[in-house]
Amino acid sequence: MSDSPVITQGALEAAHHEHPPYQRHHFETIGQQNDATNFAMWLFLLTEIMFFGGLFTAYLIYRNWYYPAFVAASHQLNIVWGSANTAVLISSSFTMAMGVWCAETRRKSGLVLALVLTFLLGLVFLGIKTIEYSEKIEKHHVPGFHYSIQSFVNPASDPVAAAYGDKPLALDMAGKTELYFFLYFAMTGMHALHMIIGIAILGYMIFRARAGAYTSGHVTFVENFGLYWHFVDIVWIFLFPLLYLISRHQ
Amino acid sequence: MPHISPVIWQFLVKWMTNFALFPPEASRIAPQMDALYFFMVLVSLIGLTIVILLVTSFSILYSRKRHPVAVQIEGSTLLEATWTIIPLGLFLVMFVWGALLYFRIYTPPANAMNIYVVGKQWMWKAEHPGGQHEINSLHVPSGRAVQLTLISQDVFHSFSIPAFRVKREAIPGRYTTVWFEATTPGTYHLFCTQYCGTDHSHMIGDVVVLTPEDYQKWLAGSTSGASLAQNGERLFASLSCAACHNTRPDARGPSLANVYGSRLRLSSGQSIIADDAYLRDAILNPSQHITQGFAPIMPTYQGQISEEGVIALVEYIKNLNSDYRVQQTTTTTDLLPESEGKAAPAGQNAPGKNPAGQGMVKQ
Amino acid sequence: MSTTIISLPDQSTARVPKVNYLTKENGLLSWLLTGDHKRIAMLYLISISFFFFIGGALAGLIRLELLTPQSDLMATDTYNKVFSMHGIIMIFFFLVPSVPATLGNFFIPMMLGAKDLALPKVNLLSWYLYVAAGILALYAMSTGGVDTGWTFTTPLSTHYVNTNVITTGLAIFIAGFSSIFTGLNFIVTIHKMRAPGMTWFRMPLFVWAHYAASILMVLGTPVLAIALVLVVLERTVGIGVFDPAKGGDPLLFQHLFWFYSHPAVYIMILPGMGVINEVISTFSRKRVFGYTAVAFSSVAIAVFGFFVWAHHMFIMGVSNYAVLVFSLLTMLVAVPSAIKIFNWAFTLYKGSITFETPMLYSFGFMGLFTIGGLTGVFLGTSGTDIHLTETYFIVAHFHFVMVGGMLMAFLAGLHFWWPKMTGRMYPEKISQLAAVVTFIGFNFTFFPQFVLGTLGMPRRYASYPPEFQILNVFSTAGATILGVGYLLPVLYLTWSLKYGEIAGNNPWQATGLEWQTQSPPLTENFIETPIMDHEAYDYEWLERQKEKEVASVG
Repeated sequence: MSDSPVITQGALEAAHHEHPPYQRHHFETIGQQNDATNFAMWLFLLTEIMFFGGLFTAYLIYRNWYYPAFVAASHQLNIVWGSANTAVLISSSFTMAMGVWCAETRRKSGLVLALVLTFLLGLVFLGIKTIEYSEKIEKHHVPGFHYSIQSFVNPASDPVAAAYGDKPLALDMAGKTELYFFLYFAMTGMHALHMIIGIAILGYMIFRARAGAYTSGHVTFVENFGLYWHFVDIVWIFLFPLLYLISRHQ
Repeated sequence: MPHISPVIWQFLVKWMTNFALFPPEASRIAPQMDALYFFMVLVSLIGLTIVILLVTSFSILYSRKRHPVAVQIEGSTLLEATWTIIPLGLFLVMFVWGALLYFRIYTPPANAMNIYVVGKQWMWKAEHPGGQHEINSLHVPSGRAVQLTLISQDVFHSFSIPAFRVKREAIPGRYTTVWFEATTPGTYHLFCTQYCGTDHSHMIGDVVVLTPEDYQKWLAGSTSGASLAQNGERLFASLSCAACHNTRPDARGPSLANVYGSRLRLSSGQSIIADDAYLRDAILNPSQHITQGFAPIMPTYQGQISEEGVIALVEYIKNLNSDYRVQQTTTTTDLLPESEGKAAPAGQNAPGKNPAGQGMVKQ
Repeated sequence: MSTTIISLPDQSTARVPKVNYLTKENGLLSWLLTGDHKRIAMLYLISISFFFFIGGALAGLIRLELLTPQSDLMATDTYNKVFSMHGIIMIFFFLVPSVPATLGNFFIPMMLGAKDLALPKVNLLSWYLYVAAGILALYAMSTGGVDTGWTFTTPLSTHYVNTNVITTGLAIFIAGFSSIFTGLNFIVTIHKMRAPGMTWFRMPLFVWAHYAASILMVLGTPVLAIALVLVVLERTVGIGVFDPAKGGDPLLFQHLFWFYSHPAVYIMILPGMGVINEVISTFSRKRVFGYTAVAFSSVAIAVFGFFVWAHHMFIMGVSNYAVLVFSLLTMLVAVPSAIKIFNWAFTLYKGSITFETPMLYSFGFMGLFTIGGLTGVFLGTSGTDIHLTETYFIVAHFHFVMVGGMLMAFLAGLHFWWPKMTGRMYPEKISQLAAVVTFIGFNFTFFPQFVLGTLGMPRRYASYPPEFQILNVFSTAGATILGVGYLLPVLYLTWSLKYGEIAGNNPWQATGLEWQTQSPPLTENFIETPIMDHEAYDYEWLERQKEKEVASVG
């Protein structure tokens, strides 16, 4: 069994390289490891785009078909809470970016602070989302659960619709608001799910960061999580105008 | 046959006498479809033969025994171009030929007679304009273009007549159409080919092609008393459609006379041709189809009329070429309940009373 | 079939190397927690074989039922469940992971000269997701099954059937993530883990094919995931997005579903095509004819593959002009497959050919895939599609591509790399017999179905008009032969694990980097990182290496 025409030479030097402890054995260099994991994260975000893409397609089609229903239904969303949430999320992206910077420049307490802030802002976002959802539940605007079209066939009875001066929708069109609310819940729900996963990972990261795991040069995990967090943020940046703003003045 | 077991013998007899390799060609389109089909079979056979010839001859010529040392060859741009361009050319021929056929099969001629077909789990219901009603069978005359307007009242079905080489899905919520012209009288298979649940394989029936004379006999023998349009008229009255859709100056809805096939301007600014699909949608989702100048006050009839009911209404509106009849209905609705009994015989027995110019229901 | 290129070591002294990836660590946990791509590949191999035989048993039931025109063996309901589960298991639990997750997982890092895939933990995670999905699917199957067909057509799946749609949908959702992670891992590995000197155009075509398939997995699968989520929500909550009564559009589901499920066809076939490149080149001792053309045809299939999905909807009332576009694009996607077939045929030209089992399977692949591909053109042509779609013609077509193509390629690859994976040879004669039996059985089973389809016999029918019986009997008879053809490899491959001849490093004298190390390989694959200083399929380089070695030993 001596016939082993493995291509010899080269790589000998590589074998004697000093490895940082966090370099996984199957990578030649730490640079390759960082490259590979970053690239993987970008690809993963690409799959996420395709995932949300299905919902955006549905939204665009139905908005086109049932325009009046979508306008009236979107008036039911609370623009104040929505804007507040956008601000919260953008701030959290800022703190996350600061966290990545702190990790790169090996500032442990700065990193922990940034992560904690991001964590808290994430929770605030979810809190506001809960308030918004409970408003919908009270008004029976949750599709499939005793959905009520009262606000749309009789806008005068609904203070929000009345404030917008909505005209009553015909029964069949009013029924289509359920589709809007379904898309609203599906898209923001899917987004919130991503937030919850992100917050859980953040909790784990805070724990590890306090032990100094990310401030000894191994920053890819923080960087990649940063990418994820910014992605979730960007999804919201698309959701907010599409769901809240686009029909405000109609 | 002492050596063959009776069971096997029975099988053999059955197979030999009841055995098909190619479906009958029973419509005008079938030979055209088969021409393309056989062209493609031919091209495929030639292609397959070339591949098999290449592989076997190279395997023999260049086997290890005959050809111990391989000659390394990079490739050949000329050959690559050859087997890119020739298949592409052939595929494009098939594409164009196929597309022509596709447009022919799905573009009914203007003079085609229309039969409505409703699919439901697990049966086909055919509604003839004369009011004849069939389940899992379809009688059509030979030598005449027949258009089918299909819809499903539950899941996707697919209406397939292999002998005619036509097939179309019946989809919930929208009409689809297909047409054919049967050539040979006989009985042919009708299949549902889109999987539709438990008894999918029992959703089959017969298409019976009759000579025009036999077809007339069949029509006369299977009449249910009222034509489809008359059923529609009855529905029109009982749903009080005429309360708004009439010609009075204060009418709240547009007059429906001659509306079929005309170009309508909607309140959304769109302009649209009023076809079967439009009429159906306007009954079920009226607020999206408001004619310009009218208020969106029409209630939806979603869930209140069966698909057959909608078909009857559409057929009625289709054949409405003046408002005389609607006015009649308005008056009869005022006279309820007798109107129910009156409307049908009025349409059927009294052609003489309605001058041809004012006759509403084209029969 | 006498001459052979096998160069086995002297069997009286040869031994499987003591240290290899199989013996490095022992115990169940060392397997269940492994990060080694080779071990994960073996885990996958065992699990997909398990699912293949479940799916196969269901196929056997289908064929038995169709022996007679009446539905007498099973009630129609049972039949519907059987064919639905057959499709779901075969597609999502066998065909999609078959070559990529086993052979691809095992050999892509080795072919690139890497120690492992870029993300070993994600690789293991993807196997666990696969297993979880598989268990969920089996649970759904054993607690009443599902009868929607593998296509989950709405509104049937959302409103009308009363079976385990949610559980099965969830299983496929999870299996989808397993496949996304596999594809993602491959792309990262191919981009970032190549050994020094391994440029893109020195990669084996097996890797190119997997690269193309991975792109489809990464971009297509999430759309299936969201479509299934919507089906589950529609079923549980009644959101109306696919329900025409509430203003939804059932055709939207068709679009979302086929946006994944058509590319999925290429996910299934491309890796198989990759295998054929390696096998044909090795057993003709000649480089693949037109390397760049074959490489780019894989990428072309992947790119065009994304824009043909609506050809599954030609008769569903989509606009005639959409039909034109999608039919034309379908014609374009057929061309790269033709290019590949001719390049493989010309790889044989002036080669030095031997006929070991992998080569026989590859010949089978070429013949059957040619038929499968050409009949695909019948269905891509809009006019003939009207008559042939939704009949047994389409069943025969995709079985020619999937079973005649992909499964043949899988078996070719499994035999080809078996010596590398286990260190032992499979028995040659009986496996050649198995290859021939499979080929004959396959044709008997599926060729009559083309005729049945032309006659108009609809698919998914538990009962059928009696004049279709004779062809169905042929088909069922063929299926029994096919079954034998698939059982044989299980028996003799298992036997060979203990009694097979010692393979040595490179029994086929193949050029790939995976053959230039011991069999079975070390956990790190290579003693030293290899440097790629030659083209792929460079048999002259291999000759020089051998001479060098003889010289150094002498």
